Amino acid sequence: MSAIPSTTPQPEPSQPARRAIPDRLGTPLRRLLASWEVLLLGVAVAIFAFNSLASPYFLDAWNLSDATFNFTEKAMIAFAMALLVIAGEIDLSVAAIIALASTAMGAAAQAGVGAAGLVAIGIGVGLACGVINGALVSGMKLPSIVVTIGTMSLFRGLSYIVLGDKAYGGYPADFAFFGQGYVVWVFSFEFVLFLVLAGLFAVLLHATNFGRQVQVIGNNEFAARFSGIPVERIKFILFLLTGLMSGIAAVCLTSRLGSTRPSIAQGWELEVVTMVVLGGVSILGGSGTIGGVVIAAFVMGLVTFGLGLLNVPGIVMSIFIGLLLIITIALPILARRIKARS
Amino acid sequence: MMALQHPVAEERAPPPAVLEMRGISQIFPGVKALDGVDIALYPGTVTALIGENGAGKSTLVKILTGIYRPTEGEIRIDGSPVTFADAQAAIDAGVTAIHQETVLFDELTVAENIFLGHAPRTRIGTIDWTTMNRRARDLLRSLESTIEPTIRLKDLSIAQRHLVAISRALSIEARIVIMDEPTAALSRKEIDDLFRIVRDLKRQGKAILFISHKFDEVYEIAENYVVFRDGKAVGQGVLASTAQDDIVRLMVGRTVADAFPKLAVAPGAPVLEVSGYCHPTEFRDISFTLHRGEILGVYGLIGAGRSELCQALFGITAPTSGTVQIEGRPVTIRSPRDAIRAGIVYVPEERGRHGLALPMPIFQNMTLPSLGRTSRVGFLRLADEFSLARKYAERLDLRAAALSVPVGTLSGGNQQKVVIGKWLATQPKVIILDEPTKGIDIGSKAAVHAFISELAAEGLSIVMISSELPEILGMSDRVMVMKEGLLAGIHPRAGLTPETLVRAATGNTVRMTA
Repeated sequence: MSAIPSTTPQPEPSQPARRAIPDRLGTPLRRLLASWEVLLLGVAVAIFAFNSLASPYFLDAWNLSDATFNFTEKAMIAFAMALLVIAGEIDLSVAAIIALASTAMGAAAQAGVGAAGLVAIGIGVGLACGVINGALVSGMKLPSIVVTIGTMSLFRGLSYIVLGDKAYGGYPADFAFFGQGYVVWVFSFEFVLFLVLAGLFAVLLHATNFGRQVQVIGNNEFAARFSGIPVERIKFILFLLTGLMSGIAAVCLTSRLGSTRPSIAQGWELEVVTMVVLGGVSILGGSGTIGGVVIAAFVMGLVTFGLGLLNVPGIVMSIFIGLLLIITIALPILARRIKARS
Repeated sequence: MMALQHPVAEERAPPPAVLEMRGISQIFPGVKALDGVDIALYPGTVTALIGENGAGKSTLVKILTGIYRPTEGEIRIDGSPVTFADAQAAIDAGVTAIHQETVLFDELTVAENIFLGHAPRTRIGTIDWTTMNRRARDLLRSLESTIEPTIRLKDLSIAQRHLVAISRALSIEARIVIMDEPTAALSRKEIDDLFRIVRDLKRQGKAILFISHKFDEVYEIAENYVVFRDGKAVGQGVLASTAQDDIVRLMVGRTVADAFPKLAVAPGAPVLEVSGYCHPTEFRDISFTLHRGEILGVYGLIGAGRSELCQALFGITAPTSGTVQIEGRPVTIRSPRDAIRAGIVYVPEERGRHGLALPMPIFQNMTLPSLGRTSRVGFLRLADEFSLARKYAERLDLRAAALSVPVGTLSGGNQQKVVIGKWLATQPKVIILDEPTKGIDIGSKAAVHAFISELAAEGLSIVMISSELPEILGMSDRVMVMKEGLLAGIHPRAGLTPETLVRAATGNTVRMTA
């Protein structure tokens, strides 16, 4: 019996063909269902459902819109960080770059620089910091974790020297748009920027030669070098990108807060790394998706917002985030062990 | 009277087996790795275990060393049944193994490496350094080596490290020695040294299980053989009365075409001309010319500078002096990118480490150096990638479930096909193959050889580094010999003998002429 009705007769190969190798195994749907991202999406939906039951204020468009500010700035950096981690490197200086960029913008604002100039300065400082990190890691071949712990102290230290216990304020009124403005209805400028950047980074990682080369470097740097990939140049560009994103995040955050203290964005580097790892990017390098990081950003935003609505103190939130990080790293390893034992 | 002259001495009652395995099966979920295998090892006898990759050899070794417990069957030592609860139990029962790559520790001394885990102790339980160093020295001396037990491992050469690994295996008072491809990383001279040791062990009455891919070695050192295929012992007997072809047939279950089928090709115009090529430490003043359609074999001992020369041509090692010309035009090669652009590609010896991103799909590995052709303004085009990968996968007769499965899931031979395919896709002029069939089973080996030969016939110029004499002699149009970083002669294939090559590579000319 033939299960497949065929209208055209199949041409018989004239000679036994070599064994044909299919492009892919299984259906696209099946691969999708087995992915980390889908699991994470389930977690996000569960938290969303729990929050809407736990607090009557949760399911309000403006409340939800406010909630997005919990993650948009961190997520912008997390996109660039994801690429860096996939390539087998890390940048722990991102929060310190925000502090330095914000300080520079504050000083410029005091000197009467306008909104456009402030944005240029914020982004410029971010890029400059990225150049320093990139030069030290890919130029001098130093380990990135050590380099960026060093520059983390350096950048924030500079900010403390300039500001001490003072704060910069008095930003021009039109500068407020980047952190407080809305594009349409409840959609803030930051949230729209977050979506646009997510799209751009997803294309960069998943649809370009550059993204492919980043993945190869993270999987086997030797093989990448032996295949003619300019490993050092690509790593340099990746540090430039995290610097750039930190600069953009600094613009948004400074605009949102309307003031700069040297302790601005303190501890964000760990939240950014948490977001990246929670999004399914292997901390050992080689694999990960931007989609995963986007969902992870929502999960972290929803958790902190939900806990906030329930009046859970901040310190408990950070305990929760810490546990989340450990569980996400442990889960795939445990799953693999259980699989291996059966 | 006449009969006594013939080796019918074997016919006398053989000594009882030291180790017997009866009806051993090992079943993993979904796979029967071993299926009712019987094996016996005799004192003072080398038994060769032969089989393609995946035939079950490694599984057997793991059972004998206590890492796996067999699903069915019985192991007897001196006639009484034993079970190995763990690796230590196997050691206690007198079984030791020299693995393909025994794990040694660079920062520890030679003696520490040898006795790690079973160091002699003083009465109060601390390590007895004096005894340990003395016993280490004795062991090394029995291997005719003068390595000092107190120096650190990192100061030893590769061959010396191997001796340490062997000493480690022998430091356990074992009666059954398993050697799992011990010659894989060794040159001919080092193999000779190893065989001398094996003969010593034989004299001491040890039973030896010798696993190798190389037939010349098997015939040289072993008396008995066992052939595995698909987890079954498909044949065993005495080597002296068995032809190599018969064993090959048992192994693959089919007849294999000539293992080294170099097609006759008339070499064309010069493609690669190297002259006065120097490296600060690894080689000096190398000059040679490679023609279109030619296979140039490169032979030499480990450390002779063969790989370093080829890696310099591929832009991996430090800048060098001397000139390189491709089709008459001088080229400057400072990085693999430059080399690829000039049309020189390199298939490295360590496939997994240098050639492939193992967790990534086959097609992505294949298109890696050709991304410029499978993309548009920097954006990937998956359909083009798949079609390029499929083209070379089919040309190389790659065996894989799909082009999107990770390369790491393939066998060694198929991984090598992916590396070769990835370079062919760049349409090179010169391809450098560094030990192209190392660790590849005989079936795939013949396929790789046939393919290399086909490439030469199509006009590709090939540099092939190999430590296997039959491969070098069978495949090369000319053979370049290197010794201690210097060119020690280029020989045309006609009339070339293994002895000539070994002599040139080891530099025993003085002794030979004296």
